[in-house]
Amino acid sequence: MRTHLRSSTVLIFCLMCSFSGFAQFGGELRFCLHAEPKTFNPILVDDDASDTVRFLTGGVLVRLNRSTQELEPNLATAWKVSSDGRAITFTLREGVSFSDGTSFGADDVAFTMKQLMDPALHSSTGDSFRSGNGEVVTKVLPNNKVSITFPAPIAGLDKLFDQVAIMSAHSPLKEKAVLGPFMVAEYVPGSHLILKRNLNYWKTDASGRRLPYLDSVRLDIQQNRDLEMMRFRRGEIHLVNALDSEYFDRLVSQSPQSAHDAGPSMDSEEMWFNQVAASPIPSFKREWFKSTNFRRAISSAINRQDLVRIVFNNHATAAAGPVSPANQFWFNTKLQPHPFDRAAALKLLSSEGFRLDSGVLRDHLGHPVEFSIITNSGNKTRERMATMIQQDMEGIGVKVSVVTLDFPALIERITRTFDYDACLLGLVNTDLDPNSQMNIWLSSSENHQWNPQEKSPETPWEAEIDKLMRSQASTMDPNKRKQSFDKVQEIVWENEPFIYLIHKNALSAVSPTLAGVTPVVLSPQTFWQADTMSLRLERAAK
Amino acid sequence: MRVDRKIAWFVLLGLVTVCMCAQLLAPANYAKQFREAPNASPSKHFLLGTDDLGRDRFSRLLYGGRVSLLLAPAAALLSTCLAAGLGTIAGYAGGMLARIIMGTVDLFLSLPWFFLLITVRATLPLDVSPMTSVTVTFALLGFLGWAASARVVYAGVRALRTSDFITTARACGCLRWRTLAVHIMPNLKPILWAQFLVSIPAFILAEANLTMLGLGVAEPLPSWGSLLRELENYDNLSSQPWRLAPLVLLMLVVWGFQALLSHDEVMA
Repeated sequence: MRTHLRSSTVLIFCLMCSFSGFAQFGGELRFCLHAEPKTFNPILVDDDASDTVRFLTGGVLVRLNRSTQELEPNLATAWKVSSDGRAITFTLREGVSFSDGTSFGADDVAFTMKQLMDPALHSSTGDSFRSGNGEVVTKVLPNNKVSITFPAPIAGLDKLFDQVAIMSAHSPLKEKAVLGPFMVAEYVPGSHLILKRNLNYWKTDASGRRLPYLDSVRLDIQQNRDLEMMRFRRGEIHLVNALDSEYFDRLVSQSPQSAHDAGPSMDSEEMWFNQVAASPIPSFKREWFKSTNFRRAISSAINRQDLVRIVFNNHATAAAGPVSPANQFWFNTKLQPHPFDRAAALKLLSSEGFRLDSGVLRDHLGHPVEFSIITNSGNKTRERMATMIQQDMEGIGVKVSVVTLDFPALIERITRTFDYDACLLGLVNTDLDPNSQMNIWLSSSENHQWNPQEKSPETPWEAEIDKLMRSQASTMDPNKRKQSFDKVQEIVWENEPFIYLIHKNALSAVSPTLAGVTPVVLSPQTFWQADTMSLRLERAAK
Repeated sequence: MRVDRKIAWFVLLGLVTVCMCAQLLAPANYAKQFREAPNASPSKHFLLGTDDLGRDRFSRLLYGGRVSLLLAPAAALLSTCLAAGLGTIAGYAGGMLARIIMGTVDLFLSLPWFFLLITVRATLPLDVSPMTSVTVTFALLGFLGWAASARVVYAGVRALRTSDFITTARACGCLRWRTLAVHIMPNLKPILWAQFLVSIPAFILAEANLTMLGLGVAEPLPSWGSLLRELENYDNLSSQPWRLAPLVLLMLVVWGFQALLSHDEVMA
């Protein structure tokens, strides 16, 4: 009778859980890493695989909500940035412990900042905080507060802490003691990584139960996207991030409930012309490429809507500039993609002395307009885009050769020998803040692709971009920063050093056995709520 | 002549003739993108449907056949000639010369040609025409593909060299070059013919792989190898079997060349 009663109680509890939307504890989430993680030290992370491990294991003071794009309290319950943008004060959460039981406090924040700014460690996360010459000073204040002061102002300072996983100053396990929902339990190089539930994780759900719901996360190291998709279809893995449109459409036809299109991502595909003075291309070609009207004409002759429709099966958006509509705050809503207009293109070209002669466009010296577009081999979408651009160019009498090169050879050409005419590549953008694009827009930068490392800005509009980018980086008022960066986007739209083509949509695959997943455009698209994700165990078992 | 050989001649000559007349027979230019009809099913406008950029698949198949059926046999001829020359010299001369040549063969077989091909592509000028690019590719395949065949030829010559009729010829005072030209080379014909015929489909497929690496046929020029890339998307094959057309033609060509081989040549 007593056993019967106990069984009934368990049954009633289970039924209550299932009807009231309670997430179930237990189960193993499985997905793939596309490369070996280079490090488990959160300070030294500079690759995607290590970043995934850091996201799942590291505890941060503040966390960017990937859906609202707003900062939320995490290990810090409150924070305040000083008016001059040089200092930030955090109020730390009490009663938090690392995975090995060591308690968390201000010392750990001070230790982490010291490690982060140690020049000997060359931390790329730390580079974002290097604002000027001088020491970063961390002070432990009363009432569980800690203040960090930098030698110079840093725009968007608080958001940078989303990437800083706090390390223990006292634990003998060093970086293996973590504050995130999971901790590294097993690593077999070349095969897999298993993260186990952190029993000391501080967060609880609405009913006071300690998170995470999942027992473990298995990350299989799998470079081949075809095999990854095959394993997803077999139910061996639960998530696939950053699907391409072809895989996505196949998935839609087979399992529509698993396919998620979160809309335009932050990534862009663009082409640019080589404007490097010392490049070995003929001088008449360089003269074309330096002409704003030539670049604008080429841009107007490209049918972006066709690229979106044919190459991406409508899972992309025509691009107007470097910032995608996914970036809610920084996107300049005034800008529209350049429309496809051959007549306008030919008008611009004729204003520069070009003429259409028996279907062949010639410059004022009589040279037929021909150029090659290089892109990386093996990337089908870029090859298709280049082939479509090739036909679009025929419409204005321009002959284009499409050349696919392996990636090292391509990088050699665009960064060292500069022996190319035009290049079609993509930019993967993971950071919302325009400061992360300083290395692209400053004329002195190495990644100023159309003309890197200029000694001084070669055009007035490049000088203006330099000024505006520096101005937004040194201003603390977000609205003033936005005004400056909006102006940068307008100058880029006007002069087209990069001809922006499309923003791909953020496509992902999520198994229906997973609950609590909201795919978004920001990285990590699908597992950013890993601590509140759960598996529907009966369905998973089936 | 056997019936299957007659059919093989008919099929191969028919395919070559049709492909050579692509300009007359193809309903559209191979590069023309019908953007309103990407991935279209077969119809009276598009006999084999269109590819993912809206290009007429039938026209591309005909034009692609010109590239593959001309250049792959040319590359196979080049590699077979190199193999015949070097394999025969090594097998007939023997001694140090044979060791040097066979050592070179081993070296060729062990070198990572894949990386060499990538390097060659990276050093080619960017503004070469698609036809030049594909000719260079097949020429490279021909130059690099002789080593395995040379081993087979070498073994054949070694076997002939110690045969009774060669010994008799030499005993009768037959000069070395005459022995080689009159007695050995004609007996190598089945081996060389077999090597030539098996190289053709291998080169067509090698070109398909190289195209994926950027060292093959540049867009928009088609080849059967580049058309085979459509089969990467294998999920839709059952609903779109017409995408198998280049594979069917390739199999016909391989079968045709195999059927042309006599029993002795197959054994060789």
